[in-house]
Amino acid sequence: MAAPAVEFEDYSVHFGEFQALQEVSLQVPEGAYVAIVGPNGAGKSTLLKALLGLERGAMRDGPIRTSGRIRVFGCPPQEVPPGWVGYVPQVKGFDRSFPALAIEVVVSGLRQHWPFWIGREERRQAAEALEKVGALHLSNRRLGRLSGGELQRVYLARSLIRRPRLLLLDEPATGVDVVGETDLYRHLEAYRAESGATILMITHDWEAAQHHASAVLVLNRRVVGYGPPAKVLCHECLSQAFGHVGHAHQMLLGGVEVG
Amino acid sequence: MLEALQLPFMQRALLAGLLVGGLASYLGVMVVQRRLSFLGDGLAHAAFAGVALGLLLQQEPLWVAIPFAVGVSLLITWVREKSSLGDDTAIGIFFAVSVALGVLFMSLRQGFAPDAVAYLFGSILTVTPTDLGVMGLIALGVVLLAPLWRYWAYATFDRELALADRQPVMLHDYLLSALIALVVVASVKVVGIVLIAAFVVIPAATARLLSQTFAAMTLLAVLMSTLSVLPGLAAAYLLDVPAGSAIVLTQALLFALALLRR
Repeated sequence: MAAPAVEFEDYSVHFGEFQALQEVSLQVPEGAYVAIVGPNGAGKSTLLKALLGLERGAMRDGPIRTSGRIRVFGCPPQEVPPGWVGYVPQVKGFDRSFPALAIEVVVSGLRQHWPFWIGREERRQAAEALEKVGALHLSNRRLGRLSGGELQRVYLARSLIRRPRLLLLDEPATGVDVVGETDLYRHLEAYRAESGATILMITHDWEAAQHHASAVLVLNRRVVGYGPPAKVLCHECLSQAFGHVGHAHQMLLGGVEVG
Repeated sequence: MLEALQLPFMQRALLAGLLVGGLASYLGVMVVQRRLSFLGDGLAHAAFAGVALGLLLQQEPLWVAIPFAVGVSLLITWVREKSSLGDDTAIGIFFAVSVALGVLFMSLRQGFAPDAVAYLFGSILTVTPTDLGVMGLIALGVVLLAPLWRYWAYATFDRELALADRQPVMLHDYLLSALIALVVVASVKVVGIVLIAAFVVIPAATARLLSQTFAAMTLLAVLMSTLSVLPGLAAAYLLDVPAGSAIVLTQALLFALALLRR
């Protein structure tokens, strides 16, 4: 049996006294599309960053303790070959005054460092990546002048340019308009169909999770539910994770009305 | 002015100005873009404490100031990495401690210290061949480390992305801080503790106003800085004004022109 793309085994994270993740255990097979849902502060971003080996390096406040095991394609995250993992962060950490063109951001994903100069072949690859996400027209636009949705497309192009085997997306639809959101999920599904890549996507959109994902992980510092959307996106699971499932919020999940 | 450039001390002054300007502005783009503009000032005052200690110990001040300022720069970086304090707070603490130490060392020294005052305001026209040699060595080091620009720029753009791509961001942070400290110390004798921060900040800020890319910003900052040296020296020679001030005011003029152009 092929090794899972992602594997957590009793994985816990403490930031000082605060426990961000509690004994998370799950396996994600290659080619799966997993939507990660949960309330704010559930550890969703922490989980994603753990797959990048980021939790140690990114935190500046207090000691970090981790226990348990993570494997990405059978390796510890820090040993995964470059380019195997693509990442779109939720919060774009750049200063809007940083002088950069969209194409430079995309090429940085290819080179894994900042370009001083971009050659013809790299320019072609970047243009191709931007075109696939409908953002070719943004190529020479100043990054600080892009809208939220345009920025998401550029970052998506950046994450896809090396054709990663694992794509990690932290709320990729944030700031994206309705049409853009439809395009986003279309691009992701097309990429997954074409490449067989594994996708882990954090989302607050349960409908998107239901329609696009092959599995849903409901997380609230620990695994509350993990499995097919129809099974996991149920009243019991969501109530356990969120405390309730929203007031006056009607949603049909597998024919079961919740609200 | 052309006649003046025949004189060895003017040639040394020009070369020193170009080296200081080029080095400070090259590193300054990282400082400005990381919103650490206060760092130049902080390290300049660490250099002040180091110089004062050197004078107290009756040693060549710069040889004491170098490890002192580099040590402070590494401490500032360590505090920024490990604590939740803002960058300006971390720098401010060491700025204040450095000034306090400098004043303490000066007070412990017997008698008036005119040489200490010279370090405050610099004396580009009295640069010695040894001073140029030290600056040249530091410039060589910076040039040899030029391939790291792409990693520093990447972490400057988005630290998390750089970390996700397995860049040794923290190591580069320490290295960059140490280099900035070296350049600041090497520059204090030329332009003074009071004005060196301007060399770090103003050309980079001017370049940012005019650049579409970070590479262009880097090149333009170095160009702006070096272009301001000759008019500054000319003003010093012709109008008998302090050269460091004249150069900084030329940089400020270029900044104002860039601002008006936008």
